[in-house]
Amino acid sequence: MVEVTLWGSLSAVAGGKSRHEVEAKDIRELFRKLAEQYPGIEPWIDRGIAVAIDGTIYRDTWSKELPKDAEIFLLPRLAGG
Amino acid sequence: MNFDPRYSGRNFSSVGTRPIRPDGIDKVTGRARYGADFNMAGQLVGRILRSPHAHAVIKKIDTSKAEKLAGVKAVITAKDLPDLTDGDAAMYDILDNSMARKKALYDGHAVAAVAAIDARIARQALKLIEVDYEVLPHVTDVDEAAHHHAPLINDQIFTEGLEEKPAKPSNVTKRTQFGHGDVHKGFAQADFIVERSFKTEQTHQGYIEPHACVASVNPDGTADLWVCTQGHFVYRQHCAQLLGLEASKLRVTSSEIGGGFGGKTHVWAEPVALALSRKAGRPVKLVMTRDEVFRASGPTSATSIDVKIGAKKDGTITAAEATLRYSCGPYPGSWAEIGAMTAFACYKLENVKTVGYEVLVNRPKTAAYRAPSAPMAAFAVESAVDELAHELGMNAVDFRIKNAAQEGTRASYGPVYGPIGIGPTLEAAKNHPHMKAPLKMNQGRGMACGFWFNFGGQTCTDLNIGMDGSVSLAVGTVDVGGSRASLSLVAAEELGIDYSQVKAIVADTSSLGYNDMTDGSRGTFSSSMATISAARNAIKVLRDRAAQMWDIPVDDVTWEKGHAIAKGEKYGNLSPLSLKDIAAKSGTTGGPIAGHSELVADGAGVSFATHICDIEVDPETGATRVIRYTVVQDAGKAVHPTYVEGQYQGGAAQGIGWALNEEYIYGKDGRLQNPGFLDYRIPVCSDLPMIDTQILEIPNPNHPYGVRGVGETSIVPPLAAIANAVSNAVGVRMTHIPMSPPRILAALDAEREG
Repeated sequence: MVEVTLWGSLSAVAGGKSRHEVEAKDIRELFRKLAEQYPGIEPWIDRGIAVAIDGTIYRDTWSKELPKDAEIFLLPRLAGG
Repeated sequence: MNFDPRYSGRNFSSVGTRPIRPDGIDKVTGRARYGADFNMAGQLVGRILRSPHAHAVIKKIDTSKAEKLAGVKAVITAKDLPDLTDGDAAMYDILDNSMARKKALYDGHAVAAVAAIDARIARQALKLIEVDYEVLPHVTDVDEAAHHHAPLINDQIFTEGLEEKPAKPSNVTKRTQFGHGDVHKGFAQADFIVERSFKTEQTHQGYIEPHACVASVNPDGTADLWVCTQGHFVYRQHCAQLLGLEASKLRVTSSEIGGGFGGKTHVWAEPVALALSRKAGRPVKLVMTRDEVFRASGPTSATSIDVKIGAKKDGTITAAEATLRYSCGPYPGSWAEIGAMTAFACYKLENVKTVGYEVLVNRPKTAAYRAPSAPMAAFAVESAVDELAHELGMNAVDFRIKNAAQEGTRASYGPVYGPIGIGPTLEAAKNHPHMKAPLKMNQGRGMACGFWFNFGGQTCTDLNIGMDGSVSLAVGTVDVGGSRASLSLVAAEELGIDYSQVKAIVADTSSLGYNDMTDGSRGTFSSSMATISAARNAIKVLRDRAAQMWDIPVDDVTWEKGHAIAKGEKYGNLSPLSLKDIAAKSGTTGGPIAGHSELVADGAGVSFATHICDIEVDPETGATRVIRYTVVQDAGKAVHPTYVEGQYQGGAAQGIGWALNEEYIYGKDGRLQNPGFLDYRIPVCSDLPMIDTQILEIPNPNHPYGVRGVGETSIVPPLAAIANAVSNAVGVRMTHIPMSPPRILAALDAEREG
């Protein structure tokens, strides 16, 4: 079980809660479990969500494992120049 | 990905040196081929007809007269680019921006295009196209557009992110919020509070090379595109989707690039060139004029930002809040969202709240511009931070050091930071001789911090070893700042050979696997990781071949300093085999020797910078002169320090132009008044001092060499650093960028009049 924090706008489509406990071993499973519970989150995942694990931002490595005690924060996937 | 990206703390032989770049001679002798330098037999000239109106319904387009003009081979409108985006809203916007479908949404919006045998006939043909417009009310100012009485640009857009779904459509497309703690409680604890509103005008990246391409669509469904871009694989995806082509049949070759800075990260005229070529059955060259680049490519947002920061007498910030409104052009974007995330990222804050509003205006589609959205937010925040330090009677650097984020700080955008470099850049700035240099009359010194995320992404690299032992490195990230030299250094480092033995090229889309574009400061970060991986894969092959040559087990062969070594006393009489020795025998040991890598380079690591600036202001004219400028930034590890310094200097130079002169000026008719470099003034060499740089190297734990991206952060602090310098020089807080002479005089007059 990991605790995940969602940024403000994403919380709105996840039952209005910013913190969620999810049984997930990696980013892929985390997204799948969140989408199962909150279908409204799926378009956001399609558009792109970045995952900060202990402060390091992962955008594409969905196989990245989620350590039990890690701080996990979902962020918008951003554009660069 | 079978590759360990963790920082290893190794010593370097090649990395960190400063050899000459492989593209250098071509560039200084004029041999380098940019977008407009490519030609094909029988090519036509493409030209685009653009709307003179800021907002208008396109009732009818009559192209018949143009089609009959001798020498015209194709005329297209939106009908020739049918909607194949299948519900992909972002791609639909790119399509509509390439060629307006129902409405012209800004002055310069493409409405039709021609391909003719020469430019003269193409221009004549454009004049023969008759467009019947119904002109609509327009809005170009970000604050006016956000008002509920403003002309509506898209009646299908309702503001996202509100607690209740709005009943009416709005130009405000999205509200986003970040932060933590309780700002009301925090402000109640403050002894001093600074609250101000700021504005920044829209600027263009100002790349010297305009958008240019040659498109050739063949009858068999294959196509070629030669183009100036920051990401030829991304352009291939976009064009294939918009034209209904198979991606593998569209070969995109990137030219040398005369600047992009985010403006060449998605397609603009390229789908039009391909559609013209498809209709004409001949290659089409399409090169934007400078006027078109300003009017119809993607500048950055204009912004309007409110900031409030409170602190205790001892200098501890108790709360910080910002509301940020960013213009998006006529299509939704996430520009204010990025501003809201980056605004307070430099600081350790218990109570922080940022709210961003994305606002549609009748201006060109906003595009990324080097650390997009961060410079404007930093301008507002760092100006308020500076003012608060003055009110507290604290030194501006010490105030920032006291409140700087550090490892373990919860970032204002959410997560907790790992190892970061804001503190060291501030300490370095504090101790820099620049800080102690005396100032003369009418001169002021300013400093500011900046933050940017940096990204990684999908990356693919091929490393081929020739039979003579020379190494070809094929990468898929466009070289915007010397990355071919840096990546050659990395290949040389891994293989243990000399830099001169490596030749790096940017491969086309048919020669290499997919690569994300060069954005987010990812070029050297990502491709160096893939190059290290490819080189290590090649070393495995080299060891195997050496084992064959010696007829010993491969596990007994190691790779050291460019040589295969047979380890153990039993092989004491075997001389090491060099890479050249092994390559020479490759034909009989298994064929070509190569290393390949495909990976996702995540974990780029956030980046911080601190800038110091001295400005002299002429109080009679408002004219400014940059006297001295210093950049301090963390590079993680500078692979090629000269090109890292170049990125630092380039970001500062662009920021100086943005801060002091550059701005899009619209008339009441909604038309851009200054679409050229005479009236839109970017700084030239004579406007700038030598920009001093100091590279800090705090290794990124997620890269084998500790590399961080360096390309974007350097444009984040300049607006604020210069505003603080000008404010200190004239004794009036400057709140509107650019601080052009008339704006400085107006601020001085307003101060005198009280």
